[in-house]
Formats: sequence, structure tokens, C-alpha cells
Amino acid sequence: MRDLIEKLTPRYTLGNATYQRADLTFVDVTRDELRALLLELRDKEGFTHLVLLTAVDWIEEGKFQLTYMINNREADQTLGLRLYIDRNDAEGDTIHDIWPTAATYQRELREMFGIAFPGSPRVDEEFILEGWTDMPPYRRDFDTLAYSQQTYVEREGRETHDPRATMKHKMYPEG
Amino acid sequence: MKDLDKNFKKDTETEFPLREEMRPRKVTTPDGQVIDIDPLADYFCQEAPKVHRKSYSAIVEGFYNWARANSLWILGFGTGCGAIEMRPLMTPRFDAYRYGIQWRPTPRQANLLVISGYLSVKTLKRAIRAYEQMPQPKFVVGLGSCTINGGMYWDSYNTIKKLDEYLPVDLYIAGCMPRPEALLAGFMELKKIIRKGEAEGANKYAENFDWYKANQKSVIKDWDMPDYSW
Repeated sequence: MRDLIEKLTPRYTLGNATYQRADLTFVDVTRDELRALLLELRDKEGFTHLVLLTAVDWIEEGKFQLTYMINNREADQTLGLRLYIDRNDAEGDTIHDIWPTAATYQRELREMFGIAFPGSPRVDEEFILEGWTDMPPYRRDFDTLAYSQQTYVEREGRETHDPRATMKHKMYPEG
Repeated sequence: MKDLDKNFKKDTETEFPLREEMRPRKVTTPDGQVIDIDPLADYFCQEAPKVHRKSYSAIVEGFYNWARANSLWILGFGTGCGAIEMRPLMTPRFDAYRYGIQWRPTPRQANLLVISGYLSVKTLKRAIRAYEQMPQPKFVVGLGSCTINGGMYWDSYNTIKKLDEYLPVDLYIAGCMPRPEALLAGFMELKKIIRKGEAEGANKYAENFDWYKANQKSVIKDWDMPDYSW
């Protein structure tokens, strides 16, 4: 995998690479080169399969990380391309014409993270949630506990126990 | 639960727009007539359910209840993991048929709705419609801790936590998930309740119809169905 990264480095601005395992590598890419890079990897390097397209919410840095994970079956190699986009007014470029499955991932990201993918098929339709009016629920500033407490009725008498304190009390009642 | 976040406020202002196919519109019929169509008012009967009155004599009512208890038809509507637990119940290993309990494919042929696990808001909408379409007398059984108090989905943004706010539950079977044996014991218990004449869920639903509808509409924001589905 190092050979491939070294081969691509002169032509693309690749950020720091993480060699996670012998068959799994991550590398940072830039948005304007993403499309060319994906096409080259798919057509020339044999990364024919889009494993997943997902997002990570780096709320402290004000960024979303899009991870395009692609797989080369013959070489048994998986490569994750990390792309950072701005968290406010988040927008990504659609790649549904490179891999049609990406359209489904992009619909999910649109709904759960609020990342727009202009031009992606049916991207603004409802995907999993129905009648959702609040902020996208996978964003980290969405507090799911507070939301559920403000929305759904609770039954009285439910208790939660901190496992550590409970076990301490059980095993050493005297303290 | 005490750790309510004071900073996070849920969006209560935004209304979900009515879906396009449910909006009132003008339609031209094949013979050129232009008619107004309001799908919600025209396609469905809006009348609220009525209370099913008891029989004139206690002996007759007791006989009815005995018959009802021995004729349980479960709607094959699976939500959550309990749907998996019901499969061995149908098949020879646990064999619920020997107790006269069978599964039916449509709500019109069933009188027992088993909510077999967590209900997301999306599924709740379908469960309400299925329940309302069932003929009276009808019963609801909630399975597992998810229907009782939310279970492991206690902090989920999309799962209801107390089923009896939205549907009249006759019996809860505790467990996560209750095993088929527990379900069989629960069905036996339900039969006893029915024979005593205490399984009055459908009547409770009809009496407190406005309360149930208000609760249902408070979580289902895209309410694009009739208030009562016949």
C-alpha cells in the first residue's frame, strides 16, 4: 500500500496516511481532487468496490469527515479516503455516477448529518426518518436523551444505576 | 431520569408539510367534469369508534367471554426482536396452535395485536392503523421491556417508551426478549383476563379516544391518515 501512496503523491495532494493494518490504509484527500482520484483508483488500480461512504462529526474543529472506503478485491486491500468539509453549510460532491450505491449513502448522510449532495438522485426525499422536523439526529450537537425526554412519555419508577457504584456497593457494603 | 439537558431544546415550531398525495386538489374526471378532492375527508370514514356494550345478562356475557378467550387470532405484525421469538411459537417446538392460538395475515382476520418489541415512530403509525382495522373485541399484548418503559432504547430519539399512552394494552409480558415459554404463559394469563371480562381495551380506546389521538399525534408529526381507520 505504501507503494501506491508513493506513486500517487507526485500528482495528488495527499495528506497524512494511516497504515492501520496490512490490508487497511487511510489517507487524507482534498475535495477538488477527489473525483479524479476515485476514478483513477477504480479504473487503473483495481479498487472497484465502494465499501461504504460515511461521515464523522468533528464538532470541535467545525468539520465533517467524509470517509470513502474502497476495496481492491484481487489485492485484498481496503483504502479509506478521508475528506474534510466545512460543518456549517456542509456540502459534498456526488459520486453516484462512479458507484451507483453511493446515491443511497448520500441520501443517508443528507438525512442523518444534513450534508447536501447536489445532483444525487432522490437525495432530498425522506430516507429512514418519517416526518422529521428537528436537526439531523447524527450531528453531535443533537442531544438524543434530551430529545427523547422532551418528546416521549416515560413510565414512573424506572431507575438507572451506575455500574461501578452499584458493584462497589454490592461487593463492599461497608465501604 | 434526572439528567435532562437544559441547553438542548427540541424544535417544536416546524410543522411537517402534508404530503403531496394528501393535499386537496382539483381532478378532471374521464367525462370532463372538474371535481374537488380532499383525500383525507373523501377517501376515509372519519367517525370515531363506539363502545361495545356488554350483553344484557351476566350469564350470556360470561359465555361470550369464554368464547372470546378460546378464539385468539394473532395479527402477524412483527416489530423488534419479539418477531423472532414468535416464529418458534408457531412451529412444532412450542406449538401455540395446541392452545387454540393462531396467526393471521391481515388485521381484518385477527383480534390480538402483539407488539413484539420496540416501536419506532414510523412503526407506531402502522401499528395504530393495524389496531384500528381489527374487528372488536380486540386485545393488545406488549412484549418485553421496550414496550413497558423503553428498555435499552430509553434514550433513543425515535422510539416510544410507554406503549399504553398510544394503544390500550391488556397485558405486558416482561423480559428482554421474553422466551416463547413466557409468551405461552402470557397468553394463558390473557385468556384468564378475557374470561373475567376485564380485557376491555377496545372500549377504553373508544372512551378515551381523544386522549389517545392527542398522544399519538404528539409523536407522529406527519399525520396523513384518517383519525380512525375502519
